[in-house]
Amino acid sequence: MITAYTNARLIDPATGLDEKGTLITDGGKIREFGANTTVPEGAKVVDCKGRILCPGFIDMRAHAVDAEAALAGGITTIVLQPDQTSLIDSDPVVERIRRRAENAHSVNVYPMGAATRGMEGRELAELGQMQASGAVAFTDCRQPVSDSQVMRRLLEYAGYFGALIVQFPQDRGLANGGIAHEGEIATRLGFAGIPAVAEVIQIERDARLSEMTGTPVHFALISSRAGVEAVRAAKARGAKVSCSTAPHYLHLNDNALEGYRTFAKVSPPLRSEEDRLALIEGLADGTIDTIVSDHDPKSEDVKRLPYGQAAAGIVGFETLLALALAPMHAGKIEMMAVLKALTSTPADLLGLPGGRLEAGAPADLVIFEPEKPWRIDREAFRASAKNTPFDTLPVQGQVWQTIVGGVTLFGGE
Amino acid sequence: MSTQSTDTASYPRAEVSPPSGHLFPHKHLLGIWNFDPTTIKHLLDVADEYVEQNRQPKKSSPKCAGLTQINLFFENSTRTLMSFEIAGKRLGFEVTSMATSTSSIKKGETLLDTAATLNAMHPDVLVMRHADSGAVKLLSEKMDCAVINAGDGRAEHPTQALLDALTIRRRKGQIHGQTIVISGDVAHSRVARSNIYLLNAMGARVRLVGPPTLLPKDVDRLGVEVSHRMDEGLEGADVVMMLRLQQERMQGAFLPSLREYYRFWGLTRDTLKYAKDDVLVMHPGPMNRGVEIASDVADDLDRSAIEEQVEMGVAVRMACLDVLTRNLRGEDAA
Repeated sequence: MITAYTNARLIDPATGLDEKGTLITDGGKIREFGANTTVPEGAKVVDCKGRILCPGFIDMRAHAVDAEAALAGGITTIVLQPDQTSLIDSDPVVERIRRRAENAHSVNVYPMGAATRGMEGRELAELGQMQASGAVAFTDCRQPVSDSQVMRRLLEYAGYFGALIVQFPQDRGLANGGIAHEGEIATRLGFAGIPAVAEVIQIERDARLSEMTGTPVHFALISSRAGVEAVRAAKARGAKVSCSTAPHYLHLNDNALEGYRTFAKVSPPLRSEEDRLALIEGLADGTIDTIVSDHDPKSEDVKRLPYGQAAAGIVGFETLLALALAPMHAGKIEMMAVLKALTSTPADLLGLPGGRLEAGAPADLVIFEPEKPWRIDREAFRASAKNTPFDTLPVQGQVWQTIVGGVTLFGGE
Repeated sequence: MSTQSTDTASYPRAEVSPPSGHLFPHKHLLGIWNFDPTTIKHLLDVADEYVEQNRQPKKSSPKCAGLTQINLFFENSTRTLMSFEIAGKRLGFEVTSMATSTSSIKKGETLLDTAATLNAMHPDVLVMRHADSGAVKLLSEKMDCAVINAGDGRAEHPTQALLDALTIRRRKGQIHGQTIVISGDVAHSRVARSNIYLLNAMGARVRLVGPPTLLPKDVDRLGVEVSHRMDEGLEGADVVMMLRLQQERMQGAFLPSLREYYRFWGLTRDTLKYAKDDVLVMHPGPMNRGVEIASDVADDLDRSAIEEQVEMGVAVRMACLDVLTRNLRGEDAA
């Protein structure tokens, strides 16, 4: 089946392409695209009416599959974190997740395996076995690998398999017992704090270990100015480090905790306004490589508790695009940089197909209206839970169609 | 009747009528942080009257007869719980107290389920203490009746701050302009936080003294001076409020030993010399003698107001219970 997407603003962050034109898909692949592409005889025509057509988003960090919500957010590939009901730390679990996703003919799902057995930070998990079964990277999720010797061995060993290690940059000792960013707000609300330097220390140690072993390391969810600076400095030295952040860190600071709002409880914690601005800057200058949703549905049972006891996490799929575009609407970052952090960069880091407009590449695409205003409504979420601090927030940028393997799975007309 | 205070004269804001016309425009008493001086002054004025009543042979009045007060304590307490019980009984409340050690409430039931259960019993006022900051506020969102925070985590202990303020006002005549030192484990103290908000609102000069490990980050942004030395910190103090040091603070590596703490941050006759001659010494209790305070300082009748604080505690809690249930009794809140 051949489909022609006409009158599209074609954007390919991998090449910097941004032009009006037509894109043709044939079966599950992109056949051709460009300003001069003509509609073949008998093709189904979808008039994009000037909307942006770009590669579908690749979300490097999700804690649940929630396919409907992901598709509504323009996400065509989810990288599932290992903290599932049955921990992803062996090849049968990886295989089961891959097979289930393939059979569902929905959003693409790639698991990240645990980096250490049981995510306990002591023994290496079977990276090779899991990789052979389809794990695309390895991480202990929200457990930092604390032991320097274990981290060193992990990087040495992963280097042989060319496997990416994703570290949660938080020094355990400094974070111990903390539930909020250490600063005025935590002091006033009576919370034990986690200082930003907890992030820096972990980044600096692991950047050194990465340089020593020659294996790349990726830092998940940078939250502070000092963290951005540490990554920037490591990159300047030539260290093979990369990092991500999530839209909530770009959009909120720790004032959101006021009134003990557990919907604003995330890990790492929301930090100060200064930190928030530095993250936007880091994204604009390329220090921060990818934007992830950190989609983590949590029921009211674990959210409607006293702040200290409540679970951390927010649902992020359906608000990913609009929130990621907010700094662009504020004139602080280019559209191309935002889209690159959502498409080709994560694809390159994980060695995934897709993430680019290319003849022969999978037809995983998103069509969206960057300016369209709407209001976030948690009741309308498709996600399995509705834990968001962004309810009723007016935003701009809405997904019109999400296409996976040439098939429109969300929206249309 | 009440002790005449000159506080309003030196603090004109307290004279201004609140826009709503209500002297206590709140449904609950969750914390001091959002109280204006008018509200604080009103509570202290009402409490002043109860101090006099409590010194009479007949201490109770049936003002609140027929109303139900539940004291729900998720954390151990003897003096605060007893103070609330006595305050309630003297006003004629039907008082029921529940401490977690004697109930099954903690066994898996969430706080909001507990709230629903209690709400169904139609109490008129709920007094609650909890180990988590913000827990009392969370519960109050699900209760129809007035909720009084008897201490939540490290966040607030508003009735303690009010009783401290009443003590200072009666002894010193006013709060405005006094130099008040809060010394000790500020980081883990809800008493310190509530006192900072209240004393700042009333125009006192607040200074915190303690080891760097026990003063929380950016606390200076709450409008206080910070010092780590007792001599420098106590300089010119009108009031010294000592905080209780939890004995387990050695575990988190906050301190090396109680011995060393006493040497550098204990309140002794020697360190007290730096304060004004008529300095008032206060402590929320229970005291660790020989840890944060020397016995002879605690027992110095001229300077120590520690027992008076306990007396004021009952009066302040009666005032809070009274003011929060005025609309139920058909009395005008103003």
